[in-house]
Amino acid sequence: MTVIVTSTRPEPPGAWIATLAFGYRALLKIRHVPEQLFDVIAIPVVFTLMFTYLFGGALAGSPGRYLPFLLPGTLVMAVLLVSMYAGIGLNTDVSKGITARFRSLPIWPPAPIAGAILGDVARYLIAAGLVTILGVIMGYRPPGGAYGTLAAIGLLLAFALSLSWAWTALGLVLRTPQAVMSTGTVVLFPLTLASNVFVAPRTMPGWLQAFVRVNPVSHLVTAERGLMGGHPSAGQVTWVLLAAAALVAVFAPLTAWLYGRRP
Amino acid sequence: MDCRASDRCLRLLACASVMPHLILDDYVRDNLTLTIMYEKRYPVAVEAEGLRKRFGTTEALRGLDLTVAAGTVYGLLGPNGAGKSTSVRILATLLRPDGGRAAVLGHDVVREANAVRRRISLAGQAATVDDDLTGKENLLFLGRLSGLSRSGARARAAGLLEAFDLAGAAGKQVKTYSGGMRRRLDIAASFLVPAGLYFLDEPTTGLDPAARAQVWQIVRAAAESGSTVLLTTQYLEEADRLADRVAVIDHGTVVAEGTPAGLKADMGKGTLDEVFLALTREAEASAA
Repeated sequence: MTVIVTSTRPEPPGAWIATLAFGYRALLKIRHVPEQLFDVIAIPVVFTLMFTYLFGGALAGSPGRYLPFLLPGTLVMAVLLVSMYAGIGLNTDVSKGITARFRSLPIWPPAPIAGAILGDVARYLIAAGLVTILGVIMGYRPPGGAYGTLAAIGLLLAFALSLSWAWTALGLVLRTPQAVMSTGTVVLFPLTLASNVFVAPRTMPGWLQAFVRVNPVSHLVTAERGLMGGHPSAGQVTWVLLAAAALVAVFAPLTAWLYGRRP
Repeated sequence: MDCRASDRCLRLLACASVMPHLILDDYVRDNLTLTIMYEKRYPVAVEAEGLRKRFGTTEALRGLDLTVAAGTVYGLLGPNGAGKSTSVRILATLLRPDGGRAAVLGHDVVREANAVRRRISLAGQAATVDDDLTGKENLLFLGRLSGLSRSGARARAAGLLEAFDLAGAAGKQVKTYSGGMRRRLDIAASFLVPAGLYFLDEPTTGLDPAARAQVWQIVRAAAESGSTVLLTTQYLEEADRLADRVAVIDHGTVVAEGTPAGLKADMGKGTLDEVFLALTREAEASAA
């Protein structure tokens, strides 16, 4: 006991280590609370099965001819619904008070959000992978091939990550995780249903066609169909990337501001 | 080694013989060194002058002054809404004061927030752990965030789970823990790396008497290791038992300050409860 050990507090972690630690936490949450993810993915899975086998024949002549049209749409729906969790997770952290502990640590301040984004990527890949595998099991063979499908998933990830900034901003404004979830659902369901996910807008009334045409989800779905269908359109892909950039430009600074303002 | 340091060693030894399971891992020895180092450099752990903070129309702090000597346990005592948590949040760099200044271990909490964060540790109401993760995962994750290596975090987590009597529940999700287990994990997390100053914000609020006694034991062990502990509490008994000095806070200012024994003697009261009631009644009267 007369010898006093000379070791002291370790140096604080670098930005990357801190980000990875938050990413590790996000992955653990997927493992411990998988129902959170799968409850949401169930909806597009059921829609894929239901629309293909119930309405596929009526809409496109046969389920097999309808599926290539539908699947890129339900893929988009799955990943966009999952993107809500960015806001729900942040809201949970803030309302439970764990962010206070993070703020008292000598870490790179954006690390909690950067790490959460890593977790989001994992969630989106799981959702996209499940819907794609479902499609393959149902007999869908993307004409765009593996590269086209990967490109489609990549574009979808870029858009979903950009949209997740809108959810984080919402998560910092609303009081409870449930409120974030219900607001997110109220926004996403009309956007995904009143789009070209399930049917081409030709037969819709004029006012609805007008909405579907400006709906960003329609543009995203068209771009996805192009990539997976082997006829990619540079114009559509550019449109989606610009929309994604606009979402980041508005909501990332807003999130940062709201996060900094929280006590 | 100066005489203060050797005195601490003796106290530590005494403490270790009483609570061998809680203390005397490497951490405590590290902490001892660190605190002696801190004490040499900063005899004062906390120095706050005229702290003001307003939330909307309510004034949470109206000119709060506080001086905490290094190496002591200091109790911030006050009813709900008195400004205890706001003070801790400002001192732990979570909130910026609207007015006044504060330094923690020689560093300004606003201008040198990061230097302060490298020297403090926060637990209690103001900080929490992740419900979805297991106890062990929480400590591994927070250990990495505190700058421990992967293997260092693993070793530290195992040691702390053992010391805080949580080894059996290490692999269970925190949402299945009792209130006392949660609080122990939360405090364990704040001991992952040595700190010059521990903030324990209402560490026993909502705990049953047995769990409260366990937390008290931990606070004493931390204090015996030589660190400074700033403890907020609504329980007078807790301040009386644990704190070397106490500040009674009401309506955002310090209404009395001193040793628990001194306060009782000054006011001619037998218990800190009576002191507290008398003081808060005075404050009510002057506010009216």
